[in-house]
Amino acid sequence: MTGFLALLSRDLRLVWRRPGDVAVVLAFFVVATVLFPLGIGPQANILARIAAGVLWCTALFASMLSLDRLFAADHEDGSLDLLLLAPWPLELAALAKCAAHWIVTGLPLVVLAPLLGVSFGLPPEALIALAAALLVGTPTLSLIGGLAAALTLGARRGGALLALLALPLCVPTLIFGAAAIDTLMTGEDLLAHIAILAALALVALATTPWAMAAALRQAGE
Amino acid sequence: MAPALLDVPLLDVADLACRRGGRPVFDRLSFALGAGELLALTGRNGSGKTTLLRALALLVRPEAGTILWRGTDVQDDPETWRGRLAWLGHLDGLKGDLTVRENLLGAERLRGRPAADDRLDLALVAFDLNALAHRPVRTLSAGQRRRTALARVLLTQAPLWLLDEPLNALDAPAQQAFRTVLQQHLTHGGLAIAATHADLGVPGARTLELSA
Repeated sequence: MTGFLALLSRDLRLVWRRPGDVAVVLAFFVVATVLFPLGIGPQANILARIAAGVLWCTALFASMLSLDRLFAADHEDGSLDLLLLAPWPLELAALAKCAAHWIVTGLPLVVLAPLLGVSFGLPPEALIALAAALLVGTPTLSLIGGLAAALTLGARRGGALLALLALPLCVPTLIFGAAAIDTLMTGEDLLAHIAILAALALVALATTPWAMAAALRQAGE
Repeated sequence: MAPALLDVPLLDVADLACRRGGRPVFDRLSFALGAGELLALTGRNGSGKTTLLRALALLVRPEAGTILWRGTDVQDDPETWRGRLAWLGHLDGLKGDLTVRENLLGAERLRGRPAADDRLDLALVAFDLNALAHRPVRTLSAGQRRRTALARVLLTQAPLWLLDEPLNALDAPAQQAFRTVLQQHLTHGGLAIAATHADLGVPGARTLELSA
């Protein structure tokens, strides 16, 4: 556990030293999302209908942006060897890296998305549902993205390959995440959708660390 | 204690073989190392010095052979084995945005150990890094970074040091500092295996020449 917290705090400190990297991701999220109302025009009923899907898709793209550096930076400066040689499970190290990624990209998206939802004319209760769905769904995106980042480590054009690998795996989260906001209009149970998102997150939590560790060991050879 | 146990070397490598990209790098490699011994790995570029170091650290899976520490196979318990190693790769493994001090403390915490200030100060003094302790590593020269990476090795207090070209980029005073630190490590019963082209200045050091 000491090692897990040490790695998490080191990664957060590194982000703190270069806040620009995170600012670019969040700015992308804001700009890409705001383009939709501008492009589609001020038809409130259409905007409110597509808001959930647009916000989830842009959140997904934004969280992909910073992922290609998740393990690549450690690979290039030799720190990955130190992680591979740490006397505690590599699975925990991979999890710590994903946790750091979620804290600096996933969590800000949860806060920003409801603010952007206002520009789509979403009602207040839908904004709360949006934040709740993102809060439970974004950890899955960080974990699946982390797996793709580990698998594409050292590959040429790793960034594009990473998105191709990760995006299809994120589809279930996307479907239930967007549907969670629609429940307010369809009258379905919001909690049921949140529960499915939580289940997807738990499945990712239970499987991806092992796959990431295996991929990182392979990259270290 | 049975007298026979005393004859068992700390590190016993037998019939080790490794392949890289389908080509055998080395085959049936055997050596044993006791407390206080240094093994210098020599050989041409590409002769497998780095691969051997990585195989000993279990970063590369050996194709055949055994690595025994005090008579037990290290592959049975890789985590404990990793805890016994200090690693210096050909990359320094430092974070440019963190200071020298943060890098050293962070590396110690990554090994799951609370970082003690007095040990850190000793390591900084040993490699004359006191004046640089609060500088971000990206502002340092290659030699200063290498000294930081060597200080990290010293800080681990691990019994076995695996060093890949430790003298790289070091100036004469820094090389001397490294020799002093290495000699102290060996005197205290530590072991070291170093891939090197230069003389490490340790009397009685053993040499293993790898041929491509």
